[in-house]
Amino acid sequence: MTSTRSATLFAFALLAPALIYILTIVAYPLVDTIVLSFTNASLRQDYDFVGWANYQRIFGAGNFTEVIIRTFIWTFFSVSTKMVIGMLGAVLLNAAIPGQALFRILTMPPWIVPMAIGIYMWAWMYNGQFGMISGLLENFGITNGPIAWLAYGNTAFWATIVTDVWIGVPMVTIYFLAAMQSIPRDLHEAAWTDGAGRFYRFRRITVPLMVPAIITMSLLSLIATFNSFDIIWILTQGGPSGSTTTMIIDTYKTAIGSRKYGEGAARAVVISLFVTAFCIVYFRAVRKLQQGEAK
Amino acid sequence: MSDVARTTEVAAADSPASVKPAAPRARRGLWSASRPMIDRYKWYEVAALYVGLFFFLFFVLSPFIEGFLVSLKPLAQLFSRPYSFIPKTWSFDAYFTMWQSVPALGMHIFNSFFISTVVTLIVVVIVVPAAYAFARFNFAGAGFLLGAFLAVNMFSGAVLLIPLFRLMRTLGLLNTYWAMIVPGAAFLIPSSVWLLRTYLMRIPRELDEAAWVDGASRLYTLRRVILPLAMPGIVVVAIMTFIGAYAQQFIFALTFNSKTEFMPLPVGLFAFFGKQEVIWNELMAASFVGILPVMIVIIFLQRYLVAGLTAGAVKQ
Repeated sequence: MTSTRSATLFAFALLAPALIYILTIVAYPLVDTIVLSFTNASLRQDYDFVGWANYQRIFGAGNFTEVIIRTFIWTFFSVSTKMVIGMLGAVLLNAAIPGQALFRILTMPPWIVPMAIGIYMWAWMYNGQFGMISGLLENFGITNGPIAWLAYGNTAFWATIVTDVWIGVPMVTIYFLAAMQSIPRDLHEAAWTDGAGRFYRFRRITVPLMVPAIITMSLLSLIATFNSFDIIWILTQGGPSGSTTTMIIDTYKTAIGSRKYGEGAARAVVISLFVTAFCIVYFRAVRKLQQGEAK
Repeated sequence: MSDVARTTEVAAADSPASVKPAAPRARRGLWSASRPMIDRYKWYEVAALYVGLFFFLFFVLSPFIEGFLVSLKPLAQLFSRPYSFIPKTWSFDAYFTMWQSVPALGMHIFNSFFISTVVTLIVVVIVVPAAYAFARFNFAGAGFLLGAFLAVNMFSGAVLLIPLFRLMRTLGLLNTYWAMIVPGAAFLIPSSVWLLRTYLMRIPRELDEAAWVDGASRLYTLRRVILPLAMPGIVVVAIMTFIGAYAQQFIFALTFNSKTEFMPLPVGLFAFFGKQEVIWNELMAASFVGILPVMIVIIFLQRYLVAGLTAGAVKQ
């Protein structure tokens, strides 16, 4: 019943609403971005095609390369920290000790709460004069005076990473936990019978069997982090003096802030190219992992 | 993190059956004989685990603890040094004065809830037939379309903001609820299709075929045979979508709407930052009151979520 022509028609009828919706709200804007990137569109209704001028301008200005590199460094540290803490959290939550169920629930809030609200709380914690982090460090005698974390380029850069990690960790942890629990218990029991210790079993059983989960999560997390907007926008708006301006923030400032739609679109196209490259890597990896499973 | 991140819950939910309720095991004593040997820990291992969990949960929860304590501190104490974690004087004033500082607070709370609910309804109505099509029919281009859906996930709304803005303007949706609902739903559809498809594939094909042999039309089969069996999966998709829609209300609401009466909570509270001095205790109080209703609903539904993922007709 599945291969007949009427079945195909029926399938497409079922798909039609989703397809039309996505084509209108995602695919069309994507094409429109590419078209706009070759124009000098702004707030005015009419605009002209300007060829590669936008691209020449953004790559000629010099700071765009800097923004790209900054985005990659920001993304790299955020994603790798998320993976490490997520794995640690999964190991801790996987241990059969009293309170386990409660601890798992307590891990979730940053994921469920509106992101912006969590970020408001961080904005206060980073406050230089009266915030918690600066205050506690001072009270414990680790620092001498208050530190305004978001006021200096260097600290602001790391502060935004920490907040991004905080938002991402719950999901990574729970995903890794699920992967950890899908490892057949027999394997652990067999190794345990042979005298293998916990750490040895973690290294030789848990980690190798979790490689697919780790790869999948790293790539998904990479793409999400690369596109991160809310955190930086709320905490620093890309400042101080551009030190937290990632590609997304840069695009937003150009397009929505300065109303340079054409140039903003060109910047968005560059982001899309990177995202497409990540997508290709992701699909390849998924296919490889599936083939590995089939064997 | 943006939309994409939250959509990875699909992946997480793909192996849901494995999230076993660990309660029965945990209820036995740590060193009791009934406990499997392999799960027994030496005392220092237990100590290390709890210390580790303390630091882990402290990282995860400290903003909430600090936020809550801030909401109980009078503003004068908040802006005084040296810093003290525990309020010196407790005061619930912020919970009363915030209604004057943000007159539309109630409206914002409602808007957040309303926008997420409508997004969830739209997504479920669109996703159920689409997921069924992907789960059951091997039509030409199915693989490509499925991949294309996943790719949509990878593009965040922030990249497409300019054309979306123009699109919303052309459609006359700027400064309405729809300016936040329509794009919000679009970026949640793909992950939901993937999640529900996985769920539907576990429902035996024989059921469709039996209904077909009995002369049921395809639509009837979907409505009367598959939908009831898929209900737990649909509920899970609905909850995931709601969480996604609720958690990410920011960029579209910030850019496509400037009317206070339509603003969801996160953007409504963003106004605090525009003032001369941020009234932090009120901001925190408003945040907690604002998220409370939905948190209660989600905690309540969490059981259903786990139950829906592990139990049900799919196991047969």
